[in-house]
Formats: sequence, C-alpha cells, structure tokens
Amino acid sequence: MTRQAQFHAAILDPAQPAPPGLTDGQNRPAGRRFSVYRNNVTHSLTEALEQTFPVIRKLIGAEGFARLARAYLRAHPPASPVLSRYGASFPAFLDGFEPLAHLGYLGDTARLERALVDSYHAADAASLDPAVFSETAPDALPGLRLTLAPSVRLVRSAWPIHAIYRFNTEDGAPQPPATPQDVLITRPDYDPRPRLLPPGGATFVTALFQGHALGQAAGTATETAPDFDLAAALGLLLSDNALIHATLDSPE
Amino acid sequence: MLDQTQQNTLPPAPGVGYKPQHYAAILSDPGPVGWLEIHAENYMGDGGRPIAQLRHLSERFPISVHGVGLSIGGEGRLDPDHLARLRHLCDWLQPASFSEHLAWSTHDSAFLNDLLPLPYTSETLLRVADHIDQLQQALARPMLLENPSSYLAFAESTWSEPEFLAEIAHRTGCGLLLDVNNVFVSATNLGFSPQGYIDAFPLDRVGEIHLAGHDTDHDDHGAPLLIDSHGREVADPVWTLFDYTLARSGPRPALIEWDNDVPDWPTLAAEAARAAHALALVPA
Repeated sequence: MTRQAQFHAAILDPAQPAPPGLTDGQNRPAGRRFSVYRNNVTHSLTEALEQTFPVIRKLIGAEGFARLARAYLRAHPPASPVLSRYGASFPAFLDGFEPLAHLGYLGDTARLERALVDSYHAADAASLDPAVFSETAPDALPGLRLTLAPSVRLVRSAWPIHAIYRFNTEDGAPQPPATPQDVLITRPDYDPRPRLLPPGGATFVTALFQGHALGQAAGTATETAPDFDLAAALGLLLSDNALIHATLDSPE
Repeated sequence: MLDQTQQNTLPPAPGVGYKPQHYAAILSDPGPVGWLEIHAENYMGDGGRPIAQLRHLSERFPISVHGVGLSIGGEGRLDPDHLARLRHLCDWLQPASFSEHLAWSTHDSAFLNDLLPLPYTSETLLRVADHIDQLQQALARPMLLENPSSYLAFAESTWSEPEFLAEIAHRTGCGLLLDVNNVFVSATNLGFSPQGYIDAFPLDRVGEIHLAGHDTDHDDHGAPLLIDSHGREVADPVWTLFDYTLARSGPRPALIEWDNDVPDWPTLAAEAARAAHALALVPA
C-alpha cells in the first residue's frame, strides 16, 4: 500500500489504525495527531453537504445529519474538488438509506435542494424579449420553439416538496398538504426561486426542454390537465426570465 | 522552467481572503486592503452571482487565485479536468497571482478536502516538481507554492521542509508562498525553531505571505498541538514571526486568512490594518 492509499483508507475508516511510520517530530509515535486529518476531512465535507442540503439537515437534526454525512462520505467521497457539486448522488443515497426509510420525502426534497444549487451556479443568459409573442402572427404561434434558460430546473415529486421546502425555510409557511407537487426552479436574477407548478405545468415544461414547439407542448399539457392555463404558464416563464430564445418553425 | 519576468504582480500591501458576505462593505470602504484572494474552486461554476461578483471586484482590486484542490503532492497524475478549470479561470480573470499547496487531497479519484501531508524524499520531490511544471505550462504563468501546517512527521523524510521547497523552486522556477502561521503551527507541533525555519527559507523566492489564526489542542503526551483553523485573529507570536520575516525579506503582499466563523468586515479590516502597520515599518 502506498503512503496515500494508507492515509485514504485510515481517514475514511476510523476503525483502522493510523498508518505506520508517523512521528511527532521527536521520534515518538504520532498517536492521536493523525486524527486531526480525520476530523478535518469529516468535518469539512459534512459542512459542504450541509451548505447544499440545509432543509434535509433541519428535517433530521444536526446529529442525524452528521451520521448521514459520514455514511455518505464513506460510500461516495467527492469526485471533484469543486465542492458545490458534492452530493450529486445524495438524493439517491437518501432513497436507499434504510435508517431513514420512514421519511420517504427526503430523497425528493434533497433533489429540490440539489437543483437550487445547480441553478445558482448555472450560466447566465440574456432573457427573451416578450415582444416576440405580439410580433408573431397568431396562427404561427403554435410553431414557436422556446429555449429555457440554463438556470431552469424541474423537479417532479409524489410528495409535497414545495410545501416541505417552504415550511422549513419561511417563517409562518403553512403545513404541507398531502398532495404530490412539481417544482419549477427559475433564476430571475441571481437567486433561484422554487415555483409550485399547477397541474399540466410540468408536462408543458418537459415538452419545452425536449424541444417541442409551443402548440405541441400546450397540447400534451392539456391532455394531462384539461384546465391547463397556457397564458399563465408563459407569463410565469417570462416574468421569471426563464426563456432566452424563440425560433419559428419554417412553414412546410 | 518558466520565465520569471512574468512573476506575480500583487502589491506589497495587506490583502484579505474574500468572503461574499463582505462584498458591499469592501466596495464601499476597503480600508487598508489593497488586494483580494479567492479560493479557485469556489469560482468554477458556469455563471450566477459568484462569477458576477468576482468579475466586478477584479475591476477594482488585484486578485490572487489560491487553489485548494489540485493535489500537487498526489501520487497519481494531476486531474486534467481540474487543470482545465484552473486554466479557464485564470484566462478570463487574469489574476495578479496564482498559488497552490505543498500537499495532496485526491487519491484514487476521491477528493478528501484537506491539505494532506507528504514525506520529503527525493522521490516525492521529483513528483511535486513534475506536477508544478505541468501546472505552470497549463496556466502559462509561474505559480507560488505554499508551505503546509504539519501535525506529524514521516519517518522516511530525508529533506527539511525549507530545503525541499527551495529545491522545488530552483528546479521549476516557481515562487513560494510563505504562510507564517503554518510555520509557527508546524514548529510548535514538531518541536523546531520557527525563526530557524525562516532563516533557512529562500526568502528571495517569496511572492506572498499568509497570516491566520490557529486553535490549540494537545497530543497524547500533553504537548500543545496547534490546529490551523483559520477561525480567529492572528496570534501574537505569529505577528512577531511576521515582523521577524519582514525584517529579512523586505515588504511582501500579506494576506489575512479567516475562513471559519467569518467575522464582520470591521474586524477583518482591523487585522489587515495590523498587517499594514507591520509592513509600513519595513524599509523597502
């Protein structure tokens, strides 16, 4: 085993003894000095995970989160020194984490938090001029293809994740209802906003992500939810600077 | 070896480690602060507020980019993706300086987020020098290499740390970043003289000095074990060692690092003022 393989193994597994051949500089064994590195690694990476998932920490408490973070670190140490990316697999890890299986909503709540951080660091892009809608002939509007901003994210869930997020981040937010919720994350300026989508909204946004034209996207949304409100959906995307580009299908 | 004429252009003034919560305060009144240092890995997103703030700050202040994740002392090869990210950052920002650590943090593709130690042998020296050559070529600029805080020593080491750093600087043309708090922490922990370390250090290579606070713990024998925590004011003996260093090196860019339990701006600016005072007493 190389020196760094020894360190790597002993840092991630406190049950292992410290590597041999380490001293205190005066030819005495290093002893507990090695634990400084164990503590630094565990503490700093727990903190990094807390920064991305503050609601998960609030939901399970500081001690529970610290245990969870240690288990996650051992199973999935960061693959990159860019720590804002740490925890990409954390939602899936939560889904399969037996001790917390009774809190089924944790995984999707973590997906929402992960998406908020991804949105925060996403590329900037100039937003679409809304005049494009008034300048396009009404019968050509269904053929308009809209590009969403790089900061836009969609998180669909069987759990009320929008309400759970609000309840844990806003004073006086109402108790979460027992309903599934889809969340659109937009970034009007620099701060990502989680927006609760009405029925059909997630289908519509998914169709836009897939590159479908406006008419087709609205059609599939209406199939899912007959009362889907296209004007309201477009209004939200425009007011939150979530659209950056529009092209018109050339007539066949 | 790289052309030394393109050496770093930080002013011999106090700087501080930039924290986003100080953004407005720094722009309205930077006080004695003449430049800012950022951790490279915090500015590797595609956009958003961090990049926008950094772009704006760089119009007002010289910026030092301080990498904390390249793992220059690693046994494996340097991560080509991370090298590319560092290059991209330096390309658009054109910082006044780039620095990294004599340490490792990645093994077997796991990033451990700490500055882990390496033995000082002729074998590790060649590896570190090779990694620095690669980095300086990728960035097309010379770097500064920082001395670590040590909590333990390796039985197999055959070089002293100042000699090891001097030899690497000689071979690669890199400059050095002298962290005076790290010297004090290591000297206390391993039982050597901090002044002796400074006397042995190639001060002509020093392009920047770091100052930071440390915590005190104890080892198995009850001996003091100092922890490089960056979470409080610079300790008095470290200020004394800073004066000792400046008297021999002349004025250098000097950074206050305060990364944990970050204080309000006036507290941080007061630390920078103390560094400014020390710098002002040194003949150029």
